[in-house]
Amino acid sequence: MLGYLLRRTAWGAATVLGVLLFLFALFFLYATPQDVARRALGEKAPPEAIAQWLVNHGYDKPAVWNPADPLDTRLAEHLRRMLLFDFGRSDADDVPIAQRLRDGVGPSLSVTLPLFTLGLPLALSLALLVAFFRETYIDRVGVVLCVLAMSVSVLVYILGGQYLLGKLLRWFPISGFDPAPSVLLRFVALPVLVGLLAGVGANVRFYRAVFLEESGRDYVRTARAKGAGDARVMARHVLPNALIPVLTNVVVEIPFLFTGSILLESFFGIPGLGSITVDAIQSNDFATLRVMVYLGALLFIAGQVLTDVAYTLVDPRVRLG
Amino acid sequence: MSEALLHVEGLLTSFPGARGARLPVVDRVDLAVARGEALALVGESGCGKSMTALSIVGLVPKPGRIDAGSIRMRGRELRGLPVTAMRRVRGAEIAMIFQEPATSLNPVQTAGAQVVEAITLHERVARGEARRRALALFEQVGIPDPPVRFGAYPHQLSGGLKQRVMIAIALAARPQLLIADEPTTALDVTIQAQILELLAGLARETGTAILLITHDLGVVNQLADRVAVMYAGRIVEEGTRAAVLAAPHHPYTHGLLRSMPSLAQPGERLAEIPGVVPAPDAWPPGCRFEGRCAIALAVCRAREPERTRLDGGAAVRCHAVAGESPQ
Repeated sequence: MLGYLLRRTAWGAATVLGVLLFLFALFFLYATPQDVARRALGEKAPPEAIAQWLVNHGYDKPAVWNPADPLDTRLAEHLRRMLLFDFGRSDADDVPIAQRLRDGVGPSLSVTLPLFTLGLPLALSLALLVAFFRETYIDRVGVVLCVLAMSVSVLVYILGGQYLLGKLLRWFPISGFDPAPSVLLRFVALPVLVGLLAGVGANVRFYRAVFLEESGRDYVRTARAKGAGDARVMARHVLPNALIPVLTNVVVEIPFLFTGSILLESFFGIPGLGSITVDAIQSNDFATLRVMVYLGALLFIAGQVLTDVAYTLVDPRVRLG
Repeated sequence: MSEALLHVEGLLTSFPGARGARLPVVDRVDLAVARGEALALVGESGCGKSMTALSIVGLVPKPGRIDAGSIRMRGRELRGLPVTAMRRVRGAEIAMIFQEPATSLNPVQTAGAQVVEAITLHERVARGEARRRALALFEQVGIPDPPVRFGAYPHQLSGGLKQRVMIAIALAARPQLLIADEPTTALDVTIQAQILELLAGLARETGTAILLITHDLGVVNQLADRVAVMYAGRIVEEGTRAAVLAAPHHPYTHGLLRSMPSLAQPGERLAEIPGVVPAPDAWPPGCRFEGRCAIALAVCRAREPERTRLDGGAAVRCHAVAGESPQ
């Protein structure tokens, strides 16, 4: 297990390095410093202001090769900052990026955490239900509803939810965010509801397919031949085995709970990391954008390692080594 | 055979075919298994043996279904039994072991837990008592070092051990009838012999009747008291093991015997039966074996042969044999 984790970490490090080099090529070589500065300061900014801005943000250094001081390059600076999590300041408004991340995690989690903890059991139990009633009307109606639910664009759910539940029924605020515990729930309820509705169809369909595949296995026939009833067969035999493929789908998502949902946050005005990413794109804040992409890559690798470790918990056949 | 333990009459199991038609895979099958007896149901792949077995325990996979016939266990009709009552029959009265021990055990449960489940599904016993009995079953089916194997997962056991665990599961609720569907086919030859010996020994000890499903006449020779030969959904010959193996009547049984290396005379060339079992949608109106039969008559193509009773409780379904017999 330890050996596995070490090996996996080494591979992860190589991947991260690749991501960082790619980011460098994209943000420092493809986009020239002049571009970045002009985007930040505006087309009409005087040359002195631009020069000063370049110095302030470290864009004045040579790109990859500095004969005077090999470590004083944009590449070295980029790698150093990313690897040490010393992210510096935003290109757009000079706010420290670390500060911004700290402020954004809370709002992001307040939406994604309930979405995850409610969504998983909801989708699993609905899938179990339709799989249990396979080849009956319940199953068929369930599948049709799932396909319908997943065919509708998320935007329709967002706008529809805001219009119906926010504007017409006035159950929830249309958008906005307040971390005060007394009102947090009111602000978070609608995005969570919309997120559940938008995700449940595809998940139920996937889990149902997994359950049905497991239901056809030989060991299920053995369980029936022993005299186990349908409910027991589902709960004790099919479910534990079905959890194995379900897990891959689920555990890899966990790290991304921290980065939030880009669509939900930007439409509901939630100041989480998803909103920060969108804002960074809109305001040409390359420094922040680089950090978000880098963190995304780190979280993705973390998710994969987490999934492998989770396998050992649900599948006795899997040993990491 | 009034004291029969299991009595199957006119069993007809079908699957949907083209344009809403039902294709029978088990066609009006009659079987009887007496208490403590071992009946072998023999035939090539695809002749309906396994479907007969699954029909008996009510586990025909959808969209297949039993269309007609009666299945009586100790005089009680199993067809149309409520789901909960049928559940009490499975495992407790009729237990089953399957061909593939590798996939027939739940991969994420320990061997012990799967045996314990088979006990507690049918009896209210304390956890410690169930464990004690499961360990005794492990011992009984010849699993070495039961306490260790009890906690092992199926992938940690060899094929032979897995099949022994399956047998332990099957015997857990002390059934009167054990249906063994190709129990040794997936095992290598040395293990096959051990498993067959084990089954024969257990059947003797516990008085459990066995319905053995196999395509292997060597297995039949080792275990069966009586033999029923199945071809294309029909029972074509039945009788005692000695009668069927030593003096077969049906040309299909002849063919099966001649293709068996272990039963052939030394130096004799092994014969094969040309062709394959016709699929249910290609069954001819006459005798279903007619297309592969060396001694087919004109009547064989026209009309399906009736069941002809022979001496000693044997019976055969063949025009050629019926023509010779005094009846």
